[in-house]
Amino acid sequence: MTAAISVSGLVKTFGPTRALDGLDLTVREGEVHGFLGPNGSGKSTTIRVLLGLLRADAGTATLLGGDPWRDAAALHRRLAYVPGDVSLWPNLTGGEVIDLLGRLRGGLDEKRRKVLLDRFELDPRKKGRTYSKGNRQKVALVAALASDVELLILDEPTSGLDPLMEAVFQEAVEEERGRRTVLLSSHILAEVEALCDRVSIIRNGRTVESGTLAELRHLTRTSVSAELAGAPNGLAALPGVHDLKVDGQRVRFEVDTDHLDQALRALVSSGVRTLTSQPPTLEELFLRHYEDETPKVSS
Amino acid sequence: MTGTLALLRLALRRDRLLLPVWVIGLVGITLSTASAMGELYGTEALRQQIGVTAGSNPAFLAMLGPIYDYTTIGGILAWRWGVFGALLIALMAMFLVTRHTRAEEETGRLELIGSTVTGRHAPLAAAVLLSALASLLIGVLIAVGLIGLGEGASGSFALGLAFTSAGWVFTGVGAVAAQLTESSRTGNAIAGGVLGVAYLLRAVGDAAGDAGPQWLTWLSPLGWVELVQAFADDRWWVLGLSVLLTVVLVGAAAVLVAGRDLTAGLLPTRLGPARAPASLGSAFGLAWRLQRGMLLGWTLSLFVLGAVYGAVARAVEDMLKANPALEKVMSQLGGSGQIVDVYLASILGIIGLFSAIYVVQAVLRLRAEEADFRAEPVLATSVRRLSWVASHVVFATLGVAVVLAAAGLGAGLVHGARVGDVGGQVARLVGSALAHVPAVWVVAGIALLLFGLFPKLASMSWAFLVAFLVLGQLGPLLDLDQWALDLSPFTHIPKVPGADLAATPLVWLTVVAAAFVAVGIGGFRRRDIG
Repeated sequence: MTAAISVSGLVKTFGPTRALDGLDLTVREGEVHGFLGPNGSGKSTTIRVLLGLLRADAGTATLLGGDPWRDAAALHRRLAYVPGDVSLWPNLTGGEVIDLLGRLRGGLDEKRRKVLLDRFELDPRKKGRTYSKGNRQKVALVAALASDVELLILDEPTSGLDPLMEAVFQEAVEEERGRRTVLLSSHILAEVEALCDRVSIIRNGRTVESGTLAELRHLTRTSVSAELAGAPNGLAALPGVHDLKVDGQRVRFEVDTDHLDQALRALVSSGVRTLTSQPPTLEELFLRHYEDETPKVSS
Repeated sequence: MTGTLALLRLALRRDRLLLPVWVIGLVGITLSTASAMGELYGTEALRQQIGVTAGSNPAFLAMLGPIYDYTTIGGILAWRWGVFGALLIALMAMFLVTRHTRAEEETGRLELIGSTVTGRHAPLAAAVLLSALASLLIGVLIAVGLIGLGEGASGSFALGLAFTSAGWVFTGVGAVAAQLTESSRTGNAIAGGVLGVAYLLRAVGDAAGDAGPQWLTWLSPLGWVELVQAFADDRWWVLGLSVLLTVVLVGAAAVLVAGRDLTAGLLPTRLGPARAPASLGSAFGLAWRLQRGMLLGWTLSLFVLGAVYGAVARAVEDMLKANPALEKVMSQLGGSGQIVDVYLASILGIIGLFSAIYVVQAVLRLRAEEADFRAEPVLATSVRRLSWVASHVVFATLGVAVVLAAAGLGAGLVHGARVGDVGGQVARLVGSALAHVPAVWVVAGIALLLFGLFPKLASMSWAFLVAFLVLGQLGPLLDLDQWALDLSPFTHIPKVPGADLAATPLVWLTVVAAAFVAVGIGGFRRRDIG
């Protein structure tokens, strides 16, 4: 599979701040790629380099087979972008902005425009200055989703949407799967979990993890709680089992996903009455990468 | 009103650079002008000479108003700098008020403040207080400075407080304008329009002559600055008019604030079209949509200004026919040309400077689009950076030709109708107005250069424009060296009609402007957006 976006060793500094510090990112053609990171980690900077709005200080970036800085205008015909903070012209209506951006990208799917306006419940006749943050985002989303392009770059596109509209958004992106490549920057983990084939987690301008959710889960723990028929059997001695709590015949523990199999065998040998197992959430993945960022109180 | 003082402190903190620049700038220009005049017109005889010649020159009457006292330096200063100084302080006042009221509301920052313990009227009160105090400070500093230069105390305070009064009235105008619309840009445009009308009313009134509608000057707050007659009569009660009008305007603004929602304007917003017209499909289409209102406004305004000045031209001739001695003096002043041409050339010079304001606004629109994150989504489409810049620069470069042609047309139509040669005068005056285009292009070039290379300093373009205005208005009077005067592109424009239309300086100005534009665009294509 070819890469729609491939970035390696990207560096971008603003004065003394190093916004990108050797960032790597590969987005395969046709996938929905989640781009995760806390505020200020460099997500938007990466996207703006990919759009040719910023010039990288070092590293390479390839977008749809071209150079994002040199071939900007030609590449932009093939992509649509939704900025994190959508700012509209106060005197243009939402409908006018959708048409304008669509035309500037080189074409708009009329049918899709209509359907999306309906689904997002957006009144296209309102002036830009009268829209709320969520409605401004809807304008940009409709313009992007109705555009006839192969790559969608969405920078925290749902930060102002209500849960109903968030669902509409997820539905719309679901429909794009396979037809277009999507780079979705977000810190709404449920959204990324629901939509993305692969994820890259960045921190301080560097990629710390990249892969499918299954691959990433592999690196972390599953929580298990069970009610057993007898006393637990040698669980404590098993490798990979953590935080074991035994309360009579009830057990609770976390286990490295690699060692899940052995742990379950140990449970079965005691007889299992009830069992709940919870795969690691993205939250846990995420927190695991950031927990050492919170200042330590004691050494 | 709770929280007014806290907001005032916040405003002072935000403006800790801007405010001193305005205060020191305005006081500095005024006092250095007075001091230089003191050296130039040291003797009573010299002062009498300028009083008799310049004080009755109709071009000067229309631009500056009459001279009431030419026996003192203060009196000459009040005449030469009164209207322009008042114009600048009025601009300061209206910018300050909009900046701290409507602009804050538009960005949503006021919402943050409104949710704290601040009264509904506190933001308006703080902005008005800030602007009124700044105006008062400028007026008092000028008065004290003039006394220090040896001028009479009464006249010095009359002139200083006349400047203050202009600042106060336009504090009120800005406060009301900020309530009317939802955008600070439109608010400033409305207040600027009022300022333009005020300037025009007094121009017509002052140049009208004894038989004409001289009372028009009384309708203009800028006219009141002259009518105080500082150093001549010191008519303090005229200042009372300004105070009264200020109170009425600020009161009206306070009533308007109380009667509306936060962020809402008074002028209603209606629903617009759901689809974009076919014209809105390219970078140029977007720029046309964003720039057309301003272009139309300036074209109409300068057409009217041209027509008003044109209407006075005939009176100039009459006045001179009745006074052969003055005619002789004027032809010495204006060189070889006919008297009326000297007049027309000098008003076209002023119009050329005004049109440069339009050009700076048109170019700075680029920076506003960029800073407000509206450029980004457009540049993320197939629009090239070059096309995006060019789509706006076209309005600055060709738009200014339209604006100046309209001014020439207005002057030509009215003056032509009066002298019975419409076709000839229109052609002559449109041509003469267009001769200023290359100088204005240089201003556009400077603005674009700053935008391309130092985007955060783009608004410094205004400083260049003010410098050119000061050089043009005060330079010759202060007897500055020619090289200093030559720094302003407007110095190099031949004084048409009347003088020969020399092509060489126009070509050079165009070359310089083109170089600035090229460097600016080149810089923009290489830099980061944002």
